[in-house]
Amino acid sequence: MRPVYMIAGGITKFAKALPEKDFRLMVKEAFDYALADVPALRRQDIDGSVCSYFSDHFTRQLMAGAMVQDYLGLNPKPSRRIEGGGATGGLCFQSGWEAVASGRMEVSLALGFETMSRVNTWKGNEFIALASDTNFDYPVGGFYTGYYAMMVRRHMHEFGTTVEQMARVAVKNHVNALHNPYAQRPGRLTIEDVRSSPMVATPLTILDCCQMSDGAAVAILVSEEMAQKLGVQPVRITGVGCGTDAMRMADRPHGKVPLLPHENEADYADLKYPGVHSFRGGRTAAALAYRMAGIADPGRDLDFVELHDAYTSSEIQTYEDLGLCRYGEGGSFVDSGAPFLSNLDYGLEFAADGRWPRLPVNPSGGLLACGHPVGATGLMQAVFAFWQLQGTIARHLGDPTLQLPDPKRGLIHSHAGTGTYVTVSILERG
Amino acid sequence: MDKNIKLPETEEGTVLFKTDPIIIKHHYEVDYLHSYAQDSPFFAGLANRKLLGSRCGACAITYATPRGHCMECGGATEWVELPQSGRVHTYTTCHFGGEAFLKETPFTLVLVEFDGVDTLFLSRLLGAEGDEVSIGMPVRARFLRNSKFKATDVYFVPA
Ligand SMILES: [Zn+2]
Repeated sequence: MRPVYMIAGGITKFAKALPEKDFRLMVKEAFDYALADVPALRRQDIDGSVCSYFSDHFTRQLMAGAMVQDYLGLNPKPSRRIEGGGATGGLCFQSGWEAVASGRMEVSLALGFETMSRVNTWKGNEFIALASDTNFDYPVGGFYTGYYAMMVRRHMHEFGTTVEQMARVAVKNHVNALHNPYAQRPGRLTIEDVRSSPMVATPLTILDCCQMSDGAAVAILVSEEMAQKLGVQPVRITGVGCGTDAMRMADRPHGKVPLLPHENEADYADLKYPGVHSFRGGRTAAALAYRMAGIADPGRDLDFVELHDAYTSSEIQTYEDLGLCRYGEGGSFVDSGAPFLSNLDYGLEFAADGRWPRLPVNPSGGLLACGHPVGATGLMQAVFAFWQLQGTIARHLGDPTLQLPDPKRGLIHSHAGTGTYVTVSILERG
Repeated sequence: MDKNIKLPETEEGTVLFKTDPIIIKHHYEVDYLHSYAQDSPFFAGLANRKLLGSRCGACAITYATPRGHCMECGGATEWVELPQSGRVHTYTTCHFGGEAFLKETPFTLVLVEFDGVDTLFLSRLLGAEGDEVSIGMPVRARFLRNSKFKATDVYFVPA
């Protein structure tokens, strides 16, 4: 394998509906933005693409990736589609990485979209639920928010996590997104706002859940030689990991926690793992990515995280999978203020808790506030992480607020099903 | 050759939601012939008021939601009858859902745990609302008298 760099990214505004553009034009817009950011890169330098979208049902168009390929003028170069539920974008990013790491390509384009507004929200929920076992799960529950609600109910039972801690995640991500013009649902919320909004599946309210969206995102990945030639500020992808788990959450077995370098077996002597409260696939993805990137203590070695917060509850669960805190400490982690940006006022008091250094999570606003056009989401995270490490947030967002002072290393995390596929990728400056 | 040939005109129009851009309604429907394949005995069991799980012959893991082959070792499993009483492992009440389930809301989902069984079983809980449900609560299975050969042929009620 050889080093791989990201040199450009582009996204469209994520919105409830963008009927004036179809998926091809959305991707084209994101692609043109990324290309314009690297004047030395010519379109003919692109060796091939990987296309990310979750569901054919949302477009009623099979081989939509092929239509994007020809719309962008990339025929007859190689292309393929990647699909893995909510993790589709993260898998696409890693597939683009593989194309360059293997030496097959010098320049690889990872592109993704979803146009979820083409059906009503309840029909969209049904399509998404088809990504659960259609013999045993879909006919009984038929609703992903219900599955996640059951998972967090068990997390609350095991660890004492509270709905107010979950609401803090919603406050954080929506306030962060006030400074991100690409976000679908920025807002200044209070804990009361989150708790008094309509209940979707107890204990998750509508503000605990991300929204369906239309949108597209692209990332351009290149070899070291190409990155030097293009004379931009490249960001190196230093670690990739992926993990999986049983499709049915009812099947999660009980065993030992796979330990990260900074953890001990004694930390989890009594924990039945993964149960339905934790994501073994996420832990596995993190462990693989950390090993490749040489990360010994993620809480200290990372400068920010963009993780898959489809639900406030899953953000808290994911802190633990990624080892930002120990299993069971996700609620205290959010109470401590560690995942909040230090330069923003959230209208919250934080507990004096010196256990964790500040580590902003979802400075972009995450899925909760940016929206979740599934095939674009994992690539959207890559784009925000790239701009963050490049130090170009102010230029791309027209607002410097979300720019961290000196970030060196960031993590992106993409998640499907009830933790069925999970990817973690590490990006580093220079 | 007929140079004056025309398509017949019809009275039906297109359902137009808006112009600029033009948005039209398109109906899409399909019938599937869904086979339960190796999971079939489970659904036959429900029709006879039996809850069937499976057990791995090699590593003795017992699965509440059956699978033809063991997730841990790949070995073939055998059918075993599960107890019809268990406990709530976790739960939620769905006030919203996918389109096919909207008319059923609100409904309560539970993951049921059984003594001596290693994994859980997803089902609906009837007969207990909101605060009346709790983790650890004893529940028992009930079955539809007229089987529909679906996973919802079994549901749970407070024991
Ligand atoms: Zn076995």
